[in-house]
Amino acid sequence: MDKLINTDNLTKIYRLGDFEIHALRGINLSIAKTEFVAIMGPSGSGKSTLMNILGCLDRPTEGSYFLDGENISGFDRNSLARIRNRKIGFVFQTFNLLSRTTALENVELPMLYNGSAPKNRDEKARKALSLVGLEGRENHYPNQLSGGQQQRVAIARALVNDPAIILADEPTGNLDTRTSIEVMEIFQSLNEKGITVILITHEKDIAAYAKRNIGFRDGRIVKDEIVNSPQKAKEVLLSLPPMEDEEIV
Amino acid sequence: MRYLQIIKIAYRALKRNKMRSSLTMLGIVIGVGAVIAMVGIGQGAKKMVDAQIASLGDNLLTIFPGSHTAGGVHAGAGTVTRLTEDDAKAIIQSCPTVSKISPVVRTNAQVVAGNLNWGTQIQGYSPDFVDIRSWSVSSGTFFTEQDVRGATKVCVVGQTVVDNLFPDQDPVGQIIRIKKLPFRVIGVMAKKGQTAFGQDQDDIILVPYSTAQKKLIGVSFVNSIIASAVDRTQINLAEDQITQLLRQRHKIPLGEEDDFTVRSQLDIASVAGSTSQVMTILLAAIASVSLIVGGIGIMNIMLVSVTERTREIGIRMAVGAKGNDILTQFLVESIVLSLFGGIIGILLGVISSKIISGVLSWPIYISPPAVALAFFFSGFVGIFFGFYPARKASLLDPIEALRYE
Repeated sequence: MDKLINTDNLTKIYRLGDFEIHALRGINLSIAKTEFVAIMGPSGSGKSTLMNILGCLDRPTEGSYFLDGENISGFDRNSLARIRNRKIGFVFQTFNLLSRTTALENVELPMLYNGSAPKNRDEKARKALSLVGLEGRENHYPNQLSGGQQQRVAIARALVNDPAIILADEPTGNLDTRTSIEVMEIFQSLNEKGITVILITHEKDIAAYAKRNIGFRDGRIVKDEIVNSPQKAKEVLLSLPPMEDEEIV
Repeated sequence: MRYLQIIKIAYRALKRNKMRSSLTMLGIVIGVGAVIAMVGIGQGAKKMVDAQIASLGDNLLTIFPGSHTAGGVHAGAGTVTRLTEDDAKAIIQSCPTVSKISPVVRTNAQVVAGNLNWGTQIQGYSPDFVDIRSWSVSSGTFFTEQDVRGATKVCVVGQTVVDNLFPDQDPVGQIIRIKKLPFRVIGVMAKKGQTAFGQDQDDIILVPYSTAQKKLIGVSFVNSIIASAVDRTQINLAEDQITQLLRQRHKIPLGEEDDFTVRSQLDIASVAGSTSQVMTILLAAIASVSLIVGGIGIMNIMLVSVTERTREIGIRMAVGAKGNDILTQFLVESIVLSLFGGIIGILLGVISSKIISGVLSWPIYISPPAVALAFFFSGFVGIFFGFYPARKASLLDPIEALRYE
């Protein structure tokens, strides 16, 4: 199988005065294209640090990180920014949308930094929004949208540049159960389209939607297993009682 | 790349905090406005002084008697009364660079016309006065060479004298008593106004210098001599020729000091010019201080803005903004602020200059280069004071920025 992500002895040490905090202690991890991985672990286990390095927001202290065959560990800030722009889409727990900026403009944001033509931007952003089921909400501001809708805008923003990977850091942390499952459904359908999804969570039932679960503790991988039959979000949603529309318009 | 997009983002960010943006801009508005108005006032003053000096006749030469020195005590200019009518005649005869000449004889007197009286200056000249000072009569005639030769009792009066002695009548043909002697008014000088130093030039009675010498004062010397060089470019040469001639006539041995001084209008003009230049620079410097204060205001607000929008910066970086993109964004914001402020400031400066010139009847000269300079300077202020905050934003760590609450 084609390996999209390969890490070799990935180590991250934070120095706070005289203290050294070993956030990652030699992680060897391979993730193939089209995988759907859930990374689990208690807080402080280093999973967020791993996420930051995989997302090219941070660089390892030691070890190397190959993304798509390129050794990223030696890249400078600008090159990392370019990689983030082209290959990675982020989804955060707190959505991180620009307030007072419409859904459409939020989705267009990544394309501002790769020189897309305005017309092209508009077209792609509208397509991404309709893909996450937000057609007709293009001109709504984040504060006019529900949490689930905001997270979907964030997902649209993450996939608008056709990334290889979507990195989601506790994407359901601020959402209720039903909305969480809706978001997982979007991730599953994106994964079916060939996008690698890496998800950080501490909820077991959310991890159950992934194809592979990795457990983290004290900067080390303590568990790495394939989920034999991942839950299908679509089916779960159908089994749930229908809910009142929670949209705020 | 997409500069229009960046300007749009900047504009929107500024619009989001209308009050803050306009107050920040106000600093630049006041700074630029002050520079424009102050430079306008300074330049206006310079133009006024220049015009007045030119109105005195710009190839004018004045010969003053020198100081009297006895036992090492210098008694000051004019204490030696050795300039005479003959000196003047000799100058016009033997200096080819001098085209016109007039002795100057001065006295003050209380003059009477009918039942009105007025204290004024009586000055005696030759008919060349009109050309030397480029000052003509507005009605009647000026006295002639014949009047000088005959020391006739005729006079030409200035407008202020007319206003005070002949409020409602034509002065030409009337009689004025100067030191009890009756003088016939033959002309009125055109109104000239004040000098740059606030002296009323129209408060004057002009008489033939011989009349002043013989009938009014009873002296044979003259107070000074005024002359015209043939050409502006010949002024320095004329100065030299006059100096040589007078030294010879006054029998001053080599190495001795002159007993007279030749001064050209050029000297006075350059002194006055540099004075108003200094004033302009001073005013502009004071005004620039407020522009710098305005710039610091921009820096302050941009720093607040960067801190406030740390999270936004983090988001932008996460989706692929490079340090330079962030730097440009914030820099453009501060440039937009300062240039907007600059444009409004220029308008305000021009308008307030017009008001000042209207109220104080002080000429204002708004020079296009000064306006252009103020505009570019305000842009520069935006770049200079915006750079630090923008750079600070561009160097943020995306992880820290995303975590910022």
